[in-house]
Amino acid sequence: MSRKLFVVLSIFAAFAIVLAACSSNASTPASAPAAPAANATAAPAGGAAPAASGQTVVGLITKTETNPFFVKMKEGAQAKATEAGAKLLTGAGAKDGDNEGQVTALENMVNAGAKGILITPSDTKAIVPSIQKARDKGVLVIALDTATEPQSAVDALFATNNFNAGLLIGQWAKAAMGSKQPVIATLDLAPGITVGAQRHNGFLQGMGLAKADPNSSDLVTASQVVCSQDTHGDQTEGQTAMENCLSKNPNINLVYTINEPAAFGAYQAIKAAGKDKDITIVSVDGGCQGVQGVVDGKIAATSQQYPLKMASMGVDAVVNFAKTGQKPSGYTDTGVTLITDKAQSGVDSKDSKFGLQNCWGNK
Amino acid sequence: MSAIASQMTKNRSGILKVLQGSPVMGPLAALIIAIIFFATQSDRFLRGENLSLILQQTVVVGALAIGQTLVILTGGIDLSNGMIMALSSVLMAGLAVSSGVNPILAILMGFLVCIIFGVVNGSLVTRIGLPAFIVTLGTYNIAYALVRIYTTSTITNLPAPLLFFGQTFRVGSTEITYGSVLMVILYVIVWYVLRSTPWGRSVYAVGDNPEAARLAGINTNRVLTEVYTVAAITYGIAGLLLVSRTGVGDPQAGQTGNLDSITAVVIGGTSLLGGRGSIVGTLIGALIVGVFRNGLQLMGVGSIYQVLVTGILVIVAVSIDYLSHRRKA
Repeated sequence: MSRKLFVVLSIFAAFAIVLAACSSNASTPASAPAAPAANATAAPAGGAAPAASGQTVVGLITKTETNPFFVKMKEGAQAKATEAGAKLLTGAGAKDGDNEGQVTALENMVNAGAKGILITPSDTKAIVPSIQKARDKGVLVIALDTATEPQSAVDALFATNNFNAGLLIGQWAKAAMGSKQPVIATLDLAPGITVGAQRHNGFLQGMGLAKADPNSSDLVTASQVVCSQDTHGDQTEGQTAMENCLSKNPNINLVYTINEPAAFGAYQAIKAAGKDKDITIVSVDGGCQGVQGVVDGKIAATSQQYPLKMASMGVDAVVNFAKTGQKPSGYTDTGVTLITDKAQSGVDSKDSKFGLQNCWGNK
Repeated sequence: MSAIASQMTKNRSGILKVLQGSPVMGPLAALIIAIIFFATQSDRFLRGENLSLILQQTVVVGALAIGQTLVILTGGIDLSNGMIMALSSVLMAGLAVSSGVNPILAILMGFLVCIIFGVVNGSLVTRIGLPAFIVTLGTYNIAYALVRIYTTSTITNLPAPLLFFGQTFRVGSTEITYGSVLMVILYVIVWYVLRSTPWGRSVYAVGDNPEAARLAGINTNRVLTEVYTVAAITYGIAGLLLVSRTGVGDPQAGQTGNLDSITAVVIGGTSLLGGRGSIVGTLIGALIVGVFRNGLQLMGVGSIYQVLVTGILVIVAVSIDYLSHRRKA
């Protein structure tokens, strides 16, 4: 056999070993002081992976694999699943907005025998027909973090009240600005996504500049908003958007950002323009890096949400459904807390110390 | 096969020779090994409904990969295919739902836009002689923008004709979608055309050596333009399959369609240099990706490992192609 072909085949074999090791780890990471999976040869690491009879299978589908928010969500779900003796399957879209990837994961999990599936829909409308198909087969479907459109497409929703999250930073910003006339830039998510609209609209309502339907996926605006750009919640795009906004209107003094990565991007642009003392940035998420941004004075205030709680509640609900046949229903608010070190009277908030204790993601 | 193989072992590189003789053998072996592996890992894998599901999940990329194979066989590449598909799918859905156009007419208009894109791609490659990579990178962005100019919100409540290919019929207890059948039929047609018609042979000839093809009397520019246009029609079919599979017109769809279809083509053993490869290989390539995705999910392996596997499969496939080709030379 030629040496090069041998190399190629060796890589393939090495990969098979890695995969075999992973498959047994993935199913029971915490509990197993793992079987000698590392010793596995190219032969399958049998036994560990397939669902044991009677074990409840729970699916978790996130928007992406990489966002720390979803990583934390997965941790919460895995911890709860291990505790309850359930098996957790995970899946995700290739990128935010990848509906077909989520549909595929959903179908595969139904075929894998999942009793219930927890999903953070990437495309709140597009996923609905596929969720319906899963529910028709008797699978419990719970939306986490992001509501579907209509919300009734799933059995239940466990999520932050994103409108409230926006409202809190809006109220805080109004108090913090005092008598200063606000000149606002909004760095938004993407068109047609409910979460993005709810935070944005909540913020403007909190500022007292607009009235909005808390469930709408359309952005409201006000004359004080001089620049609105989509960032897809991405730091690089946030920076570009802020640079463009500043060249459009250099008098901007208040920036709303859809999440903390976008806020850091905005800060980068603002600092480069030498305006970091004049501009206040508010955000939503409460990730550890975001709260650190509050400590460092880059972000003035942020609304903290709790992904771990959403996921563990979701796993609980599926396990309970498997035992008792009872389905959860309606909307459960998993809570939101305003984190700032410049508390304003009349607006409830906690300081960054509390924020760091309760944050998600890497510190 | 074994007779050929034993004959080949006179030469040290017997395995490579076999692969070289029939480029489909490698991917086919990989597919069969993968199926056996997953069957031992999950008792749900080999069920009819699951195999039918894998086929369903392959239809969109499978249809895109037909056009991609044709283009790659000529030595080109098409980066625009996923976005052309997305544009046609939101047009079909949007015209039928928002503009009240007859659904069949809406579908035809979706195809018309695909054909226009195909002709533009083909003309720019042949008339101006621009590299296919650049031309289709441009049309990718144009189609991406047109999708968003046309709609930014997902189109729902589609009329029945748009959903037809997502409907199922029963074979025994297994439900199969009409879309899966359509994809298989398309592959059979293209397989026949490439294998048994002068046009099919000219596609290979243009990819293998355009100068020789021209000297042999083939109108290479015309063949190329036709290939890009036929390819674009398959992207329209992919668009229709996408709409019927997901039940919505989704403006965020298709962004990775180009890379996903190239992946299927390459795993299927078609050479990126053009002139060598087969459409059957592409179908197998698309199925391999689908089998791994589904099988790993049934095993409970995180989806990021599905991406890892795909990456490794691509490198293995290209390595085999490269090694067997070099030995031939």
